[in-house]
Parts: sequence; structure tokens; C-alpha cells
Amino acid sequence: MRELRIHGRGGQGSVTAAELIAVAAFEGGVFSQAFPAFGVERRGAPVQAFVRFDDKKIRLRSQVYEPDYIIVQDSTLIKDVNVFQGVKTGGIVIVNTEKKPDYQVPEGVKLITIDATTIALKAIGLPITNTTLMGAFAAATGEIQFSTLENALKHRFPGELATKNIAAAKIAFDTVKGGA
Amino acid sequence: MMEITEGSHAVAEAVRLCRPQVVSAYPITPQTHIVEALADFVANCQLDAEYITVENELSALSACVGASAAGSRTYSATTSQGLLLMTEVVFNAAGMRLPIVMSIANRAIGAPLSIWNDMQDSISMRDSGWLQFYAEDNQEATDLHFLAYKVAEDTTVQLPAFVCFDGFILSHTYEPIDMISQEQVDQYLPKYNPAEKLDAKDPISFGMYATPDYYTEFRYEMDMAQKRAKEVIAKYGKEFGTMFGRDYSALVEGYQLEDAETAIVAMGSICGTVKDAIDEMRAEGKKVGLLKIRVFRPFPSEEIALALAKVKRVAVLDKNISLGAKGGATAIEVRDAMYGSATTVKGYVLGLGGRDIRKKDIKEIVSLCEKGVGDQFYGLRQELI
Repeated sequence: MRELRIHGRGGQGSVTAAELIAVAAFEGGVFSQAFPAFGVERRGAPVQAFVRFDDKKIRLRSQVYEPDYIIVQDSTLIKDVNVFQGVKTGGIVIVNTEKKPDYQVPEGVKLITIDATTIALKAIGLPITNTTLMGAFAAATGEIQFSTLENALKHRFPGELATKNIAAAKIAFDTVKGGA
Repeated sequence: MMEITEGSHAVAEAVRLCRPQVVSAYPITPQTHIVEALADFVANCQLDAEYITVENELSALSACVGASAAGSRTYSATTSQGLLLMTEVVFNAAGMRLPIVMSIANRAIGAPLSIWNDMQDSISMRDSGWLQFYAEDNQEATDLHFLAYKVAEDTTVQLPAFVCFDGFILSHTYEPIDMISQEQVDQYLPKYNPAEKLDAKDPISFGMYATPDYYTEFRYEMDMAQKRAKEVIAKYGKEFGTMFGRDYSALVEGYQLEDAETAIVAMGSICGTVKDAIDEMRAEGKKVGLLKIRVFRPFPSEEIALALAKVKRVAVLDKNISLGAKGGATAIEVRDAMYGSATTVKGYVLGLGGRDIRKKDIKEIVSLCEKGVGDQFYGLRQELI
């Protein structure tokens, strides 16, 4: 079983990202499970969402403590929340930032930084980075194919909004692929 | 067809397929997604039902009582404080023998206020006369609605039913489920045809005044109906299995129980985590198994005694607490079911108000049980006491 933990702030679409990643993974032929860290959601407050992937039915219901993958939607969280806690050796951390990292991920963990905010502003016109980071996640981990991600986005968002989100995800996908 | 969807939406879809004629509910976290989806279905003509909007839960269930007494298949959903506000009508619905089905997205009750999961809400209604089904995953949460209507409406039962599934842990989780088609549901669940209903041409009364000469027998009949429901669940649960491949005939279900020395007894979504913990303990050579309780009312005492006859010790997990008694409701009733046997029964109250339960907690509880330590709250933060 592989596990993903998404850190974001209320309003950034972390829960939606988890759901859509699970939908895309399921379409790709694996069992998946997505759920939020249940809280009293407030815009701007730190939130978490989780995804599990497995080749067999997923029974486990606890939160994710030792993720294989971490997505950080807002790098300002890093000083407030221990976002890298428990990450497995060999794991992958994706951080949305335009800056060079002034923090360290645990040893044996791969850090990928991407300026998802700029990509989202350009492609969608809003600083909502969840779908952009999904593209980066697909490229970095291979847990989901871009085609299934595209389908999940088309299914969730109406017409033009889907097109814009897919475009944002594709830029991130290509950026991470290109950098790898 | 297998699809991946949110638990609440899967439940709403299952309810739609059951073709309720009247839906009345009031939104409350974490149940809201269900009734939002049903309101959409009605507005979009995907469900031909009367959706009665109300000012609170007391009115919601009252509307259901009226509609059910008039002969409609009726549905509501609630949780926590909402269920408590309904309490008077909860008992009345059962006393009037109205087969309303209500989803409970299990949540803790206040004070202190908690929106998170435990089972105190539905467990607190254990003496109301409603049947109580508990789902381990969203597949069960979905399927149990079909079974619940079929059992509740059976003329030998005629009692309302809760379908309980853990708030957030299941209600807000996306996972794959196999949703049966409208055609299949129609085959399994025929139109509701009540033995008695309110009819101006043939007037009768529901829930009237019963003097001491009559009251006891009403309660006796309800108790008998609960007990008859066991066989009815077995029959229709098996029929569901034959038709759709998932057999719900058993009120309790064993996992790795055959040669187990320690048995965990649990209800709801925690059973999934327990199964994963058992696989790991088995790999270390520990003979541990699970007995999952899927039906809490009627309580499967005989089935539990039989299933646990060979184990040395039992650890009962309760996401509820009967304050001032010896632990949670399940432990108390399992201990009663095991009365006279040499098996040790220990209760563990855990996961209250949404406290997360991990595989390591299950392993620790098994170790405690092996040492004979139990009948306690598990995982207390000593620094707060």
C-alpha cells in the first residue's frame, strides 16, 4: 500500500485534490481511498487530506502517519506544521513554492519544488493550486496517469473550467517530467 | 458496476434506488451530503418523491411518521444532536410499527460539542425498538439500505431501522463500491404494501392511548418483532447474496476466528483497521481473530456465544460509553451473551469524539487483554486528567 498526505490551507482544494487523485487512480486500475482530516474547515486554516493506493481492497481507516508521498500546497505551512513528519525513506515530497527551499526534507526523501501558484494564475486565472499539483504528483510518482487525471478533472469541472485546470495540470506535469 | 464515490453520495444513490415516496430530513454534519444529494435528485426528477423541508429534526421525523402511517415508503437521515432532538418521535415511530429507514452518520454527542465520529448517538437509541445495522465500509453502508427496507417492511417485523455508518470516516471517504442497478433493486425490493395504513375510507388510529391493561402487550409485541427480525435478516440477507454476490445473512461475521485464542469484537469501520492489524499479528504467530457485529438490534446474543465458544479471551471495542456502567454498550451485552462461559470478556472504550484508532492501538489492546487488563478507557491522555 502507498499513502499520500496533502497539506494545505482551507480553501485551497486539498480535499478535492485527494478525491480526484483517488478517482484517477481507480480508473487506472488500482484500489484507492481518499478522505480528509476531519476538522472544522475555515478558510486559511491548515488542513490535511489523504489518499491510499493498493492492489487489493483497502480496509485501513486510520489517518496517514507514514506517507510515501507528501504534497504541500502552501510553503508557509512548513514553519507552522511539521509537514514532513513520518515520511518514508525513498518517499517524495512536492512543495508549491517559487523560492529556493530554506528547509530540509528528511534524508533519503526526494524534494520537488514547483511554482504551482504562478502556473495556476496563468492557466486558470486563480491562485488555486490543487489541480496543478495533481499534475506534478502524476509526473513525480507515476501513481496516476495524466489521461486518467484529465478524465477526473473533466468529470468534476464544467466545460471551460475543466479545460483550464487540465492545462494547469499539464504544465506542471511537463515541468516535473522535464526536470526529472 | 464498480465506481468510486463518496460514502454519503453512495448512500444517497442507494436510497434513491429504494424509491422512497417521502423524504424529510434536516442537514447536520456529517450527514448533510446525503440529504443534499437527495434534494438534488428530487429537484432533477431523478427521484419521484415528496421532499419535505422542515425547521428541525423533530419535525423531519414527525413528517416521516405521518407519511409512513399513510402508507408511504419513507426516509430520513441524521446524526448526533439531530437524532437526540428526534428522540420522542424515534420511540413513537417504533411503537407505531412504522418501517421508516434512517441513515445515521455516526457522530459523538455533546457536551462538549464534537462533530467527530463515535457511536454514542445511535447506541443511545438502543432501547427505542429500531433495528440497528452497522456498516464496516461504504459497500455495506450502501447495501444495508436495501436490506433494511426489506426487513423493516416485512409484515412479521414492521419496525423502523437505522443504517449506521461512521461519520466522516465513511461518510466523507471516496472508495470503490459496486452499485446495483435500479432494475436489480426493483427485483429485490418490491413496492411497499403496508398491512395497515391511514385511510379516510377505512379509518384506523396509530399510537393511541393504551391503558395498563394493554400497554405491556404492545411492548411485548415489539420485542417479539425484534427477535423475529433475526430470521428475516438471515433470509433477506441470503437472498441479497444470491442475487448480487454479497451475503448479509449473518448478524455477526468472523475473521480469522477459527483457531483464535483472542477475539476482538467490534462494529463499524474500525473492523477494517482491526482486520489489517490481525493480518500483521497472525504473521507474528499470534492467534487473533475478529467478530464483527453487523446487527446491534436485534442483538445477536446466541450467535455471539456460538462464535466465541472456543476462544480464550474477548476484547470488546466500544465507540460509546454507558456512563456509570461497566464500559460501553457492546461490552455489556457481549458479557451478558457470554454469561456462564469460562471466556474472559474485557471491554475497551476508544475512539470517542473522533480520536483516531491505528493498527498499533489494536495490537496494544490485544496485549492488554492477554494480560487480563481491560474494562477501561483506552488511550487516555493522563496529562489531561
